[in-house]
Amino acid sequence: MLRCKIPTPRLRSLHSQSRSVHLGYLPNSRSPIVPTLSFFNSVTGSDEKIPTFRVLDGVGKPVDGAEVPELDEAFARKLYENMQLLPTLDTVLYNVQRQGKTSFHYGEEATIIGSAAALEPDDDIVDLIALLFFPIAGQYREMGVILWRGYGLDAIMAQCFGNMDDTAGKGRQMPVHIGSPKYHFHTISSPLATQIPQAAGVGYALRRSPDRRSRSIAACYFGEGAASEGDFHAGLLLASTIPSPTLFIARNNGFAISTPSSEQYYGDGIASRGPGYGIDTIRVDGNDILAVLVAVREARKRTLKQGRAVLVEAMSYRVGHHSTSDDSFAYRQRSEVEDRKRVDNPIARFRLFMESRGWWSVTEEEELKARLKGDVMKALKRAESLPRCELGEMFKDVYGGEEPWNITEQRGELTRLIKKYGPVWEPWKKELAKFKNGGKDLTQSAS
Amino acid sequence: MLVSRRLTSHPLVSFIRRNSTAAEPPPAGGHLPSIATSQILRSTRERALRTPGLVWNDDEDTNSIVSVGRECRKMNVYQAVRDALSIALTKNDNAVVFGEDIAFGGVFRCTMGLAEEFGRERVFNTPLTEQGIAGFAIGMAAMGHTAIAEIQFADYIYPAFDQLVNEAAKIRYRSGGQFNVGGLTIRTPTMSVGHGGLYHSQSPEGFFMGASGLKIVIPRSPIQAKGLLLSSIRDPNPVIFMEPKILYRSAIEQVPIDDFSLPLGRAETLVSGADLTLLTWGTPIYHCETALHLLADPPPELAPHIPESVRKAKIELIDLRSILPWDAEAVAESVSRTGRLVIVHEAGMTAGVGAEIASEVQKRCFLRLAAPVKRVTGWDTPVPLQYEKFYIPDAIRIMDSIVETLSY
Repeated sequence: MLRCKIPTPRLRSLHSQSRSVHLGYLPNSRSPIVPTLSFFNSVTGSDEKIPTFRVLDGVGKPVDGAEVPELDEAFARKLYENMQLLPTLDTVLYNVQRQGKTSFHYGEEATIIGSAAALEPDDDIVDLIALLFFPIAGQYREMGVILWRGYGLDAIMAQCFGNMDDTAGKGRQMPVHIGSPKYHFHTISSPLATQIPQAAGVGYALRRSPDRRSRSIAACYFGEGAASEGDFHAGLLLASTIPSPTLFIARNNGFAISTPSSEQYYGDGIASRGPGYGIDTIRVDGNDILAVLVAVREARKRTLKQGRAVLVEAMSYRVGHHSTSDDSFAYRQRSEVEDRKRVDNPIARFRLFMESRGWWSVTEEEELKARLKGDVMKALKRAESLPRCELGEMFKDVYGGEEPWNITEQRGELTRLIKKYGPVWEPWKKELAKFKNGGKDLTQSAS
Repeated sequence: MLVSRRLTSHPLVSFIRRNSTAAEPPPAGGHLPSIATSQILRSTRERALRTPGLVWNDDEDTNSIVSVGRECRKMNVYQAVRDALSIALTKNDNAVVFGEDIAFGGVFRCTMGLAEEFGRERVFNTPLTEQGIAGFAIGMAAMGHTAIAEIQFADYIYPAFDQLVNEAAKIRYRSGGQFNVGGLTIRTPTMSVGHGGLYHSQSPEGFFMGASGLKIVIPRSPIQAKGLLLSSIRDPNPVIFMEPKILYRSAIEQVPIDDFSLPLGRAETLVSGADLTLLTWGTPIYHCETALHLLADPPPELAPHIPESVRKAKIELIDLRSILPWDAEAVAESVSRTGRLVIVHEAGMTAGVGAEIASEVQKRCFLRLAAPVKRVTGWDTPVPLQYEKFYIPDAIRIMDSIVETLSY
């Protein structure tokens, strides 16, 4: 009945119990015949919810029975620095835009960086813009995966500002819609969940590529809101059935815009759907970077070995509102209740772990924050100062190969209009000045 | 900077500009109308009550054409939509309103307070599944209920395409007239705001134009939004009601507070004229108004491009309002008089709604046409974020097309 391995003893006992009274099997399946009427509505075989895997507790100490993954100081530092970069980006971009109050939300740093670190650099990522209650603070965290791979702040900023250095989309897409074949990161599109079945196709293509089949998988990120779309179900079904080596990483942060997850689904999160599609599934504490790292590493291994979909549900959450700028010493002196609340701050949790190993200090924390802020500001200043791409880029890349007549004619029409009104009509004059070469690529071209 | 596929209201509100027509202030001396100052908007009670085609839907109907003593209130488009929804929910206990983020008021505030007023059983959030929302609404409507569903952005209506085109549009026909989903209304914000990029700027009305059985309606103002939405909700057919999102806050009118309807399938002539018919719907209506001012009274820098001979031309401006079925009779009647037609829409040119209209007009008015039917539209590319001001047909492009068509 349940093909996947659910790590709960209760399920096994349910299994053996039903097996002991079965009266043979249905002809076309391994479903045992039983004489008792028994509805079920759980993948754990009990009233217990699917458990959540955790390595570090709220004060950065390994929980009882947890095995800390092997990691050296340099790697841990890289993880931490990448985590800290995300809120730095949030803050700077937010302040620049003056779009109101920053609404910090914790959890994404650990999920994004932990999973990015667990993947290989040439695994193909098919990312989704997640639905988050706070439109920007969360969105920028999506960039953590490609930043981990070395994409660079200048490239990120160029895309966010849509300037002439925006290689991700030539200024055509909204901010954070990044993508780069070099970094194996498929360009983000705004519609939700469309990339989930695409990721299954990407995985299948990898399997059919002799040089990559034994070492690369497709990885697909999405939020719990996107998992409500039909494409989610199609994608998991295909990656499981066809099958294809695709790792699905669901980031469940409890909210999609205003809608709480209680109005997004009635079942046990996203993880409960994995077994429905015959997919190996694990739920992990998404605010615990070591748990994410361990779980995604193992999930990746399984994806590659089985050549079939695996699902990781990373739970992120907040208990209270607070920011990473809190001093960790003050934090440790607070009451136990307060400490427990802090379990939702993934950065503080990992920092405490680092400190316990003697890998991190208050001085280094201050230095890092100052350095990251400086780096982000520098990239931002540069991005701000650059013009957009040439205006003619608007008509490119609609098709590859021969350009259809209608595109050619329409470019000609705009060229005619700009020659006529560009020099005299103030709104156009101002707008043209924002483009590289001020529209001359059109008005001075031979055609 | 607008970031996500779905936006919360606050950042969105801040980036919607008051006026996309004359995006920047005109040069000194120029006083072009903007949406905020548009003469098309009925900003007094007297003008509001004289809205053509308005029919009162009074409970005890004795004098439903009498406008004396009717109250009006200043509303923008989202408030007018909310007012219509509130009336529909009050008068019909079988009516429900649902969609993504509806309960807290919707990302454009159109359902603000409705959940509190009518309860969460009648005004509720759905999971994020447009195909699900449309299918659910069809199911309710097939049971004779009034299902008013919201698709958060028209750009995201495509997962619901199968449900709308294969199901909603065809149920009456395929069941031999036994079933229908007349109680279905899909509301969805549409058109560009000037910086929405590929997936917050689309005008997908043309994709539904071949789906006979559906109606498509696009209002231009608060009064229109309220009257046409109430008509759509009560129409015996499924209606896709597309609300131009830049107008939610910027278009303001005195709106009658009583229950009233405006007719579906009927265009409205906003400015009468005899020399050229200018046909559009939704947001571009205001660009057209600006274009008419540029034409009649060009600022000095544009004057050399506008021959004296065309400045006195009388342009007839028509709001199509209903895209399907569209008012071919009114359009053909106008073009037969003027001999010239310019169609403006934000969607790309190829197979846009303008193509259908141009085709029908050349059939009906062939011998009357003095110039080819001209279409001023978005280009046949996706809507590119940083290039949008040169993508969306603006006042200057419309004016240029009018001059070209008049001088043909």
